[in-house]
Amino acid sequence: MSYRGRIALKAAIWIGSFWPLGVLLRGFMTDDLTANPIEYVTRTLGLTALVLLLTSLGMTPLRALLGWSWPIQLRRLLGLLAFFYVCLHFAVWIGLDHFFAWRRMWEDVLKRPFITVGMSALLLLIPLAATSTQGMIKRLGGAKWRLLHKLAYVIGGLGVLHFLWLAKKGRTTPYYYAIALSLLLGARVWDWGRKKLAPERVSQTKPSPPLGERVG
Amino acid sequence: MLITHDSDRRLRGEDIPSREITDHGVYLNRRAFMAGAAALALLPWGREASAQGALQPLQASKSAAYKVQDALTPYKSVTTYNNFYEFGTDKGDPAAHGASLKTRPWTLKVDGLCAKPKTFDIDELLKFPLEERVYRLRCVEAWSMIIPWIGFPLSALLARVEPTGQAKYVEFTTLVNPEMFPGQRRGLFGFALDWPYTEGLRLDEAMHPLTLVTVGLYGQVLPNQNGAPIRVVVPWKYGFKSAKSLVHMRLTSEEPKTSWNKAAGNEYGFYSNVNPEVSHPRWSQATERRIGELRRRDTLMFNGYGDQVASLYSGMDLKRLY
Ligand code: HEM
Repeated sequence: MSYRGRIALKAAIWIGSFWPLGVLLRGFMTDDLTANPIEYVTRTLGLTALVLLLTSLGMTPLRALLGWSWPIQLRRLLGLLAFFYVCLHFAVWIGLDHFFAWRRMWEDVLKRPFITVGMSALLLLIPLAATSTQGMIKRLGGAKWRLLHKLAYVIGGLGVLHFLWLAKKGRTTPYYYAIALSLLLGARVWDWGRKKLAPERVSQTKPSPPLGERVG
Repeated sequence: MLITHDSDRRLRGEDIPSREITDHGVYLNRRAFMAGAAALALLPWGREASAQGALQPLQASKSAAYKVQDALTPYKSVTTYNNFYEFGTDKGDPAAHGASLKTRPWTLKVDGLCAKPKTFDIDELLKFPLEERVYRLRCVEAWSMIIPWIGFPLSALLARVEPTGQAKYVEFTTLVNPEMFPGQRRGLFGFALDWPYTEGLRLDEAMHPLTLVTVGLYGQVLPNQNGAPIRVVVPWKYGFKSAKSLVHMRLTSEEPKTSWNKAAGNEYGFYSNVNPEVSHPRWSQATERRIGELRRRDTLMFNGYGDQVASLYSGMDLKRLY
């Protein structure tokens, strides 16, 4: 993809991922965040985080499917934006939802499976965000780095589980995210099997390069 | 035993002094809209109120005995943030799809273990002496509202059909009609709940003076999204016990099967009394967010109605019979 094409794509991702934040900001200004603003904000942030997380997970299969390399160059950006939204989501939970009632929050982390799972996903995201720079990739080495960043799938799984467990019965939105995640994992398995069975025929798709290796 | 502390003064619902109804603006505004005034653009209420069309005002005496002193939840919140699965699972769905419900003609059948089973027409029900009562509403999802309902005690209705000695429970059934209730249609993953929606109370709970057959709120008939044209309100229990858009009440000798209990028995029991000490498996019930407020409040035992209802449960293990 051309340099300009890449820039355009990245710009689109920046704009697209800040859209929900803009919507929330506008809602705040016009006092239009539903009757339960804290719930609405928490949910919007969580949902955006999950969408970004799954989108970043979709980049590798997309490359395998299309044979293009540009999706890989977007993974880091999408992943970091997801992390940013998870942090906001978490901050709202602490500062607005529970107003720093630490004991209550800690009880929730221990006792409420959907919170436990969300918390685990957040914690696992930290090392990934911390090792997302070129320097860290070099320091870890490609193989180790790739192994570490396989955690993204675990985090995606925990994010979907969090959603499935918090949603009340009858609400079907989380199922669509579960299906999307299964498709993404399925694509990885399929790709892996394809390479195992006929390595010479698919040799043109090299193993995933670390994030950012080909950026710029 | 019926307590009637109400003042004799009868007020038209819309004439309730504005200092007592925080959102009186909505009425003025609706009138303004109907008069075609251009105030619409200035007042955020305009759109909501007009979208529902003019609702029929109700005459009701104001109950002094059954009036919570907290500030009322704004009309807009009461009518746009609802759990009413018949219209969809999101809280905005009932307001968005409420128009498809037709509340006339409407009848409520009251039968089962009683001497005089009867089918009431809605207009007949509106002729019961109506009172306005300001109740707390505590949703099982840990949020709450303060709502000025209009209705009459369920005990007055049940007295008409004369329950027999065998009657121990009342079962409530909501209308099933997927044409009018889009949420009752089968989705990609099946039905949201096992329709019809059913709820139930023990007979002594049903006869308790707090238990209200409800036909209106904020001085008018119920908006569709709030369970029009007739529902019950049981203020010391989680909101889902207060079944909406009722077509049938049945007196039985056995504990009725209730919808949420069937859907997730470990989360929603038959009693579902508001109880800060018994948490929902997925979240704590110790606190709640009052709609319109920033900080959480502590949830009160029996939603603050303990003085009046605790005796119904003396000797019962409320942790087990949640
Ligand atoms: C990778 C991390 C996470 C992801 C992807 C995520 C995603 C989500 C999603 C998709 C929702 C539901 C949105 C909706 O209902 O439409 C949600 C709700 C929520 N999340 Fe998270 N979340 C994460 C971490 C956390 C953490 C760390 C906490 C708190 C410790 C948390 C607390 C909540 C709460 C309280 C809700 C609202 C539940 C409700 O309103 O019923 N989440 N989150």
